[in-house]
Amino acid sequence: MSAAERFLQRLTARRADDPSWVAARRQAGAARFEAMGFPTRRDEHWKYTDVRRIAEGDFALATDAAFDTTRFDEQRLDIDAYRLVLVDGRFSPALSELDGLPAGVSVEPLSQALEANHESVGGSLGRLAGVDFSPFTALNTAFADEGAVIRLAAGTVVDKPIYLLMLSRADAEPVMSHPRVLIEAGARAEATVIEHYSGEPEAANFTNVVTEVLLDRGAIIDHYKLQEAALTDLHVASIHVDQGRDSHFNSYNLNLGGALVRTDLVTDLNAEGAEAAYNGLFFVQGRQHVDNHTLVNHNAPRTFSNENYKGVLDDRSRGVFNGKVFVKKDAQQIEAYQNNANLLLSDRAEIDTKPELVIYADDVKCSHGATTGQLDEEAVYALRSRGIDEPMARALLTLAFVGEVMDKVGLNVIAERVERAVAGRLPERFNLAELVETAEAIQET
Amino acid sequence: MLEVKDLHVTIEDKVILKGLNLTINAGEVHAIMGPNGAGKSTLSAVIAGKDGYEVTQGTILFEGQDVLEMEIEERARAGLLLGFQYPIEIPGVKNIYLLKAALNAQRAARGEGEIPAPEFMKLVREKSAEMKMDPSFLQRAVNEGFSGGEKKRNEILQMLILQPKLAMLDEIDSGLDIDAMKVVADGVNSLRNADRAILLVTHYQRLLNHIVPDHVHVLVDGRIVKSGGKELALELEDRGYDWVLEESVA
Repeated sequence: MSAAERFLQRLTARRADDPSWVAARRQAGAARFEAMGFPTRRDEHWKYTDVRRIAEGDFALATDAAFDTTRFDEQRLDIDAYRLVLVDGRFSPALSELDGLPAGVSVEPLSQALEANHESVGGSLGRLAGVDFSPFTALNTAFADEGAVIRLAAGTVVDKPIYLLMLSRADAEPVMSHPRVLIEAGARAEATVIEHYSGEPEAANFTNVVTEVLLDRGAIIDHYKLQEAALTDLHVASIHVDQGRDSHFNSYNLNLGGALVRTDLVTDLNAEGAEAAYNGLFFVQGRQHVDNHTLVNHNAPRTFSNENYKGVLDDRSRGVFNGKVFVKKDAQQIEAYQNNANLLLSDRAEIDTKPELVIYADDVKCSHGATTGQLDEEAVYALRSRGIDEPMARALLTLAFVGEVMDKVGLNVIAERVERAVAGRLPERFNLAELVETAEAIQET
Repeated sequence: MLEVKDLHVTIEDKVILKGLNLTINAGEVHAIMGPNGAGKSTLSAVIAGKDGYEVTQGTILFEGQDVLEMEIEERARAGLLLGFQYPIEIPGVKNIYLLKAALNAQRAARGEGEIPAPEFMKLVREKSAEMKMDPSFLQRAVNEGFSGGEKKRNEILQMLILQPKLAMLDEIDSGLDIDAMKVVADGVNSLRNADRAILLVTHYQRLLNHIVPDHVHVLVDGRIVKSGGKELALELEDRGYDWVLEESVA
């Protein structure tokens, strides 16, 4: 039996009451996954990422959504938001808080949306993330029975962030979950959506999430993906974005956790004035492996993209950055900028970075660049020459490197959490919080 | 306070200092002058512990301690600070982070606790006003986008806050217009007291009109070839360095 067949065995007897179109889609996903099997490193898109740890695993499906409430309070972001919580892929009504949504805004678990069999969900789900995109999207399509469906009517501005919290438990046997997120923003609708992956530190589960985002004319979506999964968790995600005229999609892809992490981010800029900003950060240590594949398709004239990914790699960790910008033949006067900078804190850490520009139009402004290096030794010396010891000097400079991405983060609660997490991995004598507080206090007076 | 004896230094096999002797006592201001390439900057860099210099012979004692055995940060905490000729930019590290981390490191070395936030805030506000620096500078990354004059003022601000025992200033006057020179000189002069010494490294005499030294030394080809009072600087301004060199050879 192949690994793919073994995974698909878990499908039996699940959701027999699916609407027929869902059942058909599941079958298509399963068939495609079985045909493709798990990717191997011979596959160009998976050249630097070995998924055998997933393929050789045996993952059950969780049957309940219980979660320790003390741990829940520790893990969740302290933020005033509309919150939808999944535990190992199961919806938790008890931990969710979806009351008081403004008119024109709906946030519901996928299971409810499927039960209600909304026509709009049927039409949009899978439109962007087809089963051919990767074996993992096919696998997700076969299994996805939970997730979140967010719909914003034209002109609605959501007053608080919509917060999707996906928790991973340390159960007796490892589990897999295949959450599916659909965000449909009507014309000129505005919202901030947070996908937050966290859980119990001992968890060793496999999460395979697919997110689809549709932005109608003039819509603005800030999309945060804060991945702080357990250091033993396996995490695969793909995010697919379709942008209409004058829409803005701002992505913040922040990766701190996970043993093996792969994220694909794909945006189609389909009409004039559409603009995408990709901000990425990964900070890995130990033997963590984080792979980011990004793609921007400039399909229409006068579209804009700006990408800035930064990586910090310590110990024997491994990073991959593959960023592609594709400009169609008639997509004139577009602007596309891409930058990837990596900081290696250890001789044994490794990064494979590959920026790609494919341009068929002739009147464009594009630039790309990738740098990988160590800390600036001149700066280390300058700090030490003022009495700051070497570990602290290196910590300050590492934090500064991360800070450049964090400065773009509009949600303070996330910026602070990431900075604290980064500082927490640096020598503990480094009292970051106190420094930041003092700086803020001086600014205020 | 500082005793440099028979100091020989090479950089990548090139001999820069060839037996330099210098004694500085508390309360004194010394100026080291000399033509380009004489080794002026090397002296202060070696005392501060910059990498890339090899001391092949000689000793440096600071308050009786062997400086060459101390780490860079230990020297700073002991009270040896160097103001750079070309202060580097440190993107992302706020001035305020540097100042506080440096001050607390120094206090910890003395066995004192961290400085209370209100006290620190009062201190930095006062001192930045003295250096005519807008408080917004404190929030900016160290030297990033600063003009030449702002960088130099920032070096002096660090001195005012860290209060070194021996302040070494390498070409602190280079790139300054007359107003900035005045601010920098006032800052340095405010550091003068009976317990502190200052070592100025400079190519030009004009700085010494503002910061009047007690002793002037002429460094030529890796050695101090002549020492004197503040009037020596004026003589050098008038006559250049050649006569000193001829005198020393003779």
